[in-house]
Amino acid sequence: MKIGSPKEVAAGEARVAMTPESAKQLQKLGYECLVEAGAGTAAGFTDEAYRDAGVEVVDSAASLWERADVIAKVRPPENAEVERLNADKTLISFFYPAQSKELLEFSAKTGASVIAMDMVPRISRAQKMDALSSMANIAGYRAVIEAGANFGRFFTGQITAAGKVPPAKVLVIGAGVAGLAAIGAATALGAITYAFDVRPEVAEQIESMGASFVYLDFEESQQDGAATGGYAAPSSPEFREAQLKKFRELAPDIDIVVTTALIPGRDAPVLWTKDMVEAMKPGSVIVDLAAERGGNCELTQKDQRVVSSNGVTIIGYTDFPSRMAAQSSSLYATNIRHMLTDLTPGKDGQVVHNMADDVIRGATVAHGGEITYPPPPPTVKAIAAQKPKEKAKELTPAERRAGEVAAFKEQTRFQITLLAVGTVLLLLVGAVAPASFMSHFIVFALACFVGFQVIWGVAHSLHTPLMALTNAISGIIVLGALLQVGAHGFMVPLLSAVAILVASVNIVGGFLVTRRMLAMFQKS
Amino acid sequence: MSIGIVSAAYISASILFILSLGGLSNQESAKRAVWYGIVGMGLAVAATVFGPGAGKLWLVLIMFAAAAAIGWQVATRVQMTEMPQLVAALHSFVGLAAVLIGYNAHLELVAVQHMDEAARAGLTGFAEVLAHKTGVEIAILKVEVFLGVFIGAVTFTGSIVAFGKLAGKVDGKATKLPGGHMLNAGAAGLSLLLLLLYVNGAGMWALVLMTLAAFFIGYHLIMGIGGADMPVVVSMLNSYSGWAASAIGFTLGNDLLIVTGALVGSSGAILSYIMCKAMNRSFVSVILGGFGSTTGPAQEIEGEQIAIDTDGVASALNEADSVIIVPGYGMAVAQAQQAVSELTRKLRAAGKEVRFAIHPVAGRLPGHMNVLLAEAKVPYDIVLEMDEINEDFPSTDVVIVIGSNDIVNPAAQEDPNSPIAGMPVLEVWKAKQVFVSKRGQGTGYSGIENPLFYKENTRMFYGDAKSSLDKLLPHIN
Repeated sequence: MKIGSPKEVAAGEARVAMTPESAKQLQKLGYECLVEAGAGTAAGFTDEAYRDAGVEVVDSAASLWERADVIAKVRPPENAEVERLNADKTLISFFYPAQSKELLEFSAKTGASVIAMDMVPRISRAQKMDALSSMANIAGYRAVIEAGANFGRFFTGQITAAGKVPPAKVLVIGAGVAGLAAIGAATALGAITYAFDVRPEVAEQIESMGASFVYLDFEESQQDGAATGGYAAPSSPEFREAQLKKFRELAPDIDIVVTTALIPGRDAPVLWTKDMVEAMKPGSVIVDLAAERGGNCELTQKDQRVVSSNGVTIIGYTDFPSRMAAQSSSLYATNIRHMLTDLTPGKDGQVVHNMADDVIRGATVAHGGEITYPPPPPTVKAIAAQKPKEKAKELTPAERRAGEVAAFKEQTRFQITLLAVGTVLLLLVGAVAPASFMSHFIVFALACFVGFQVIWGVAHSLHTPLMALTNAISGIIVLGALLQVGAHGFMVPLLSAVAILVASVNIVGGFLVTRRMLAMFQKS
Repeated sequence: MSIGIVSAAYISASILFILSLGGLSNQESAKRAVWYGIVGMGLAVAATVFGPGAGKLWLVLIMFAAAAAIGWQVATRVQMTEMPQLVAALHSFVGLAAVLIGYNAHLELVAVQHMDEAARAGLTGFAEVLAHKTGVEIAILKVEVFLGVFIGAVTFTGSIVAFGKLAGKVDGKATKLPGGHMLNAGAAGLSLLLLLLYVNGAGMWALVLMTLAAFFIGYHLIMGIGGADMPVVVSMLNSYSGWAASAIGFTLGNDLLIVTGALVGSSGAILSYIMCKAMNRSFVSVILGGFGSTTGPAQEIEGEQIAIDTDGVASALNEADSVIIVPGYGMAVAQAQQAVSELTRKLRAAGKEVRFAIHPVAGRLPGHMNVLLAEAKVPYDIVLEMDEINEDFPSTDVVIVIGSNDIVNPAAQEDPNSPIAGMPVLEVWKAKQVFVSKRGQGTGYSGIENPLFYKENTRMFYGDAKSSLDKLLPHIN
């Protein structure tokens, strides 16, 4: 079979769905490759390069659509292009079936199979063909670069002979692939990066990229991202209010805002309102990656770079991947190639449209004259459901105070009980024991008490020296022997002498060893 | 020297001892603390020797000289890794001394009771104190003597067994005679019976028989405790030696002995408590020996232990930015602390962050690892305890586990049926890479399989810790 890639017809689109590199791989799958003349020029791939890779360069779009069995392109097809489809052909491209119902119906009527690259399910096996992610990655990176080009300052803080430069503060809203890529690029340039996402479970990912997660003071059981295949779901009005309040608080400090918040199949939520733009410093930059779908910023104009009345630049370009066409083409072409690998199990150049396969079924929006969108839920869950994390609750001062009071009362009660029991016991002993015993007993009780108080303070690393030292000190028992050695007779002095000997060995050895040990502790 | 001066000296000595123990709160003041202890001991001994009631100065001096020579020899010759057994051995001396002094007290008591009034008037020292005791006081005295001898005897044999286990002369496994704790309970019951007989007038034979029973309890109790629990045992025996001294102090009516004994006793008790808490075990279960009964079969461990060679470890270390070393008893056994120190020095010279994570029960003695690392001149400010460092493992590139096993066993957290379930452990498996230096595939002291060794990010670096590290050192640049 033949695979062909036409030149993109959308204005300003520089990407191409087949590169010389991917063509070589496709040929290994048994396909013949076709490309429209000049299709790769904007992305830096010449016709010559395609020919060298064994690709037939076709003069016109019409003949390419005529000859190719599988057409791989980037943007959704225009109506004129759809008219060229028939039941024998397969189209692979971005399609956005949810937003383009008419186009979908029209395409299905032709009987062609349509595979939407934006509908590839998010499961591990399909990651290699997840074109949304690879494009989002580029968009996120480019957004920061674009912001940098419009931002009149350094990203990194510097202290130079000519003065101190504060580091730029970047806020990334929406930590999907694009958001994470933007975080990575911004931190790599040296900016202080903050990031926000409605899915609390991505906080870890955000922090792993070097940004700090903006936590909301909001009590709501957030929907787990795993339930929606890793995408964000719409949030409640209360949550949205809390979110906007937080952003309003941050706005005056932030130099660069990159918004990437999209909810699948809906218009982009407005998260950066007019008053937030007005609160920002002149010279600040907002890059709205959601401009295609209305924009996250209220002032965004699609495909335009506008400057607000207070000097904030708002970039609403929708063609970030296209602005890095060489890179995005090679990644997209690789995604397409992986899709075709799955479609060609025999590696014999024949497309087998296996509708039982989760990935192929999910991505196919039209097949055999029928609309096959939306697909049934995949049998494999994309992401393991998150275990509910036990969050250490931020206590209010009042609660903390209450906790302290309770602990204090508990402790007091414990101590009083202990003292009461101790006193009773002492009184019982005192009732029978003679005065001479009691005077010693007071000393004993006090010494125990002092010992308990003192030992708690001993450093953990000094426990061995402590043991050696207490061991040496316990040699004090020699006093007993010393007091007895003067007695008359033979037996008592002998036993005393032995006792003095062993106890003194203990004293000398214990102290020397302790000193040896402690002499070794040194600071670096 | 008058009684007044002796008392003053005793007060100074008590204060010095308290300051000495309190001074161990940090490394710098600890060096001063030892001197407080030495001066206090010197004061106490001098005051007693030259005070009223002492005699036979020549005999005392000979004994002191001999003891000083022996103590000096022992203390300067001993290797730092042999510290645990030395401390245990020294405890047995205190126990023995307590037994002997208790016997003496009994002998003198009998002698005094047989004297007539005239002879009593001429008595000095301890005998004089005895002569003035009333009937009730004599009864109390007998209880004190009995207790002192009992605790001393348990300490004596217990310490000897602990010494044997730590020195490897006795098998470290928990062994019990048939009958188990019933034997101990029987011996204790016998001792109680003998106490009643003794207070009611039984002679020396009761004391000796009780001593034998106590010897047996000390022996059998410690034999029944596994080697891994020795830190608790040593500090417990330390505590006993203190209580024995205190009991003797009561017998002799000597306040300094009471005070010092109580200080030592309570310090040992607290130390044991701290150790037990670190192992998430109750003191009773440690003393009764063996692990508590498990509630089900242990989790199956999947995967295999993957070995790695010197080059692999070296290249991982050369690439790492942060390294945490977790030493255990194996490091002490292999005498690898110098090699570890050298490795640390080299890695730090290469600008890497190197820290040590010390589990509270690593080794066979509380703080064992700290002492060994200090001996090898590892700066103490990079040696951190479990709570300080446990959160840092996920951000660490390489963890090197040297001869420790149970303290890094994830089963404590993951397997509710594990015998060590709930014991706080160092979460080394959260690091990016873990190397385990270990002699072979065997289990640790507790005999529990360690799932850490089977984890994907774990590599086993087999061999004697010292020779492995020595081979590794030239590869670190």
